[in-house]
Amino acid sequence: MKKSNLLLKINGATYEVNCESRKLLSDVIREDCGLTGTHVGCEHGVCGACTVLLDGRPARACLTYAAQADVMDITTIEAIAQDEQLSALQQALHECHGLQCGFCTPGIVMTFEAYLRECPDPTEAQVREVLSGNLCRCTGYQNIVRAILLAAARLREGNAHVAA
Amino acid sequence: MKPAAFTYHRVSSVAHALSLLEMYADEAKVIAGGQSLGPMMNMRLAQPQHLIDLNGVTELAGIRETADALVIGAMTRHHDVATSARVRAACPLLADAVATVGHYAIRQRGTLGGSLVHADPAAQIPLVAVTLDATVEIAGALGTREVKAVDFIESVMTTDLAAHEMVTAVRFPRAGAAQRHGFKIVAQRHGDFAIVACAVTLELDGDIIRTLRIGLGGVSDKPVLLEQLAIQFCGEARHVDLAQRIGAAAAAAVDPEDSPEISSTYRRELVLVLTRRAVEQALSHVGH
Repeated sequence: MKKSNLLLKINGATYEVNCESRKLLSDVIREDCGLTGTHVGCEHGVCGACTVLLDGRPARACLTYAAQADVMDITTIEAIAQDEQLSALQQALHECHGLQCGFCTPGIVMTFEAYLRECPDPTEAQVREVLSGNLCRCTGYQNIVRAILLAAARLREGNAHVAA
Repeated sequence: MKPAAFTYHRVSSVAHALSLLEMYADEAKVIAGGQSLGPMMNMRLAQPQHLIDLNGVTELAGIRETADALVIGAMTRHHDVATSARVRAACPLLADAVATVGHYAIRQRGTLGGSLVHADPAAQIPLVAVTLDATVEIAGALGTREVKAVDFIESVMTTDLAAHEMVTAVRFPRAGAAQRHGFKIVAQRHGDFAIVACAVTLELDGDIIRTLRIGLGGVSDKPVLLEQLAIQFCGEARHVDLAQRIGAAAAAAVDPEDSPEISSTYRRELVLVLTRRAVEQALSHVGH
């Protein structure tokens, strides 16, 4: 099948890839761009492991095709830590023991980096509702919920300091 | 879990999409958010030769109001519908129901039109469209036409749409000031398609039920509107066992299929409980 050249904008850099239209964005990110932080689980949108940001909004990379992606601004887990500094959410997941094997973690981080921007002061019920879109088979979710609420509180505090 | 090969077409207008649909007909599929078609293609349940991508068609996204309706473009994302103040004010049942579609990330991509044309018998959008008597706006090679949601959805994943047509918008009647609503859903896992879902709207005249609409998802090959049953309860006063009686009548009126995973007995019990709760929710609402 015919391959085409695509220019993908990922984490502010431009990647030139040559692949078939049908190739899943999750595979393009990992195989063609070498960004293996995005994980691949179910490949039909259920598990949430491949969640990335498309134009700032969380989306399943496995339900997006390569040919669709060259007009999008793509953000992956590799762009979340800045200058070796974990984001508030990553730091909270680390401190709260919000991960064990870590397979689901990139998807959870990407989902909540976006969600906490939209909803900076969520209730525990809201966090659990959003977290329902990311499957974790290790933790039982309790520590992930704790970590997200902690990160939200710290981000609010940080923002308050900035405002002051 | 990789899709079969297809030729990709990015379009920027409805006219361009229609010209491709006319050219390729059954060999083509339009893709909206891809949250249902994507999995079907990855599992090769769908193998379109040509994929027509509507994500660049800005004219298809957005919410607009007319005197008596809310017109929602087919490419409007679920999340934008769920968080729209206009939808909350003019169509609160839709706002409640769409917030339960899939998951947060799914709702960022999934679209109102995509969910409607996918026509899963347990999905929220078809259920609400039928319950609220929405009108589907369609464009095709022969021009535009409109069809009521109840006639649009024909069976499991089957609609009135011809191969050369596409849905452009859905028109929901604006809820009157006196309208109250209820929406209840049970799924095996949060975010899954419902086992049973129930949507209710009603209007009260003092303590008397003046209008009542009850829609059920997951009990048949398409959403079921219990029109005759609802009429029987109009004129009744609200009293303690009214919701229970409506729920029992709804359970008696449906004939859900027996499947190895979900027995018809269980599904029927869910109809009773969810209808009762949806009616109770509607009765307890103070305006909207």
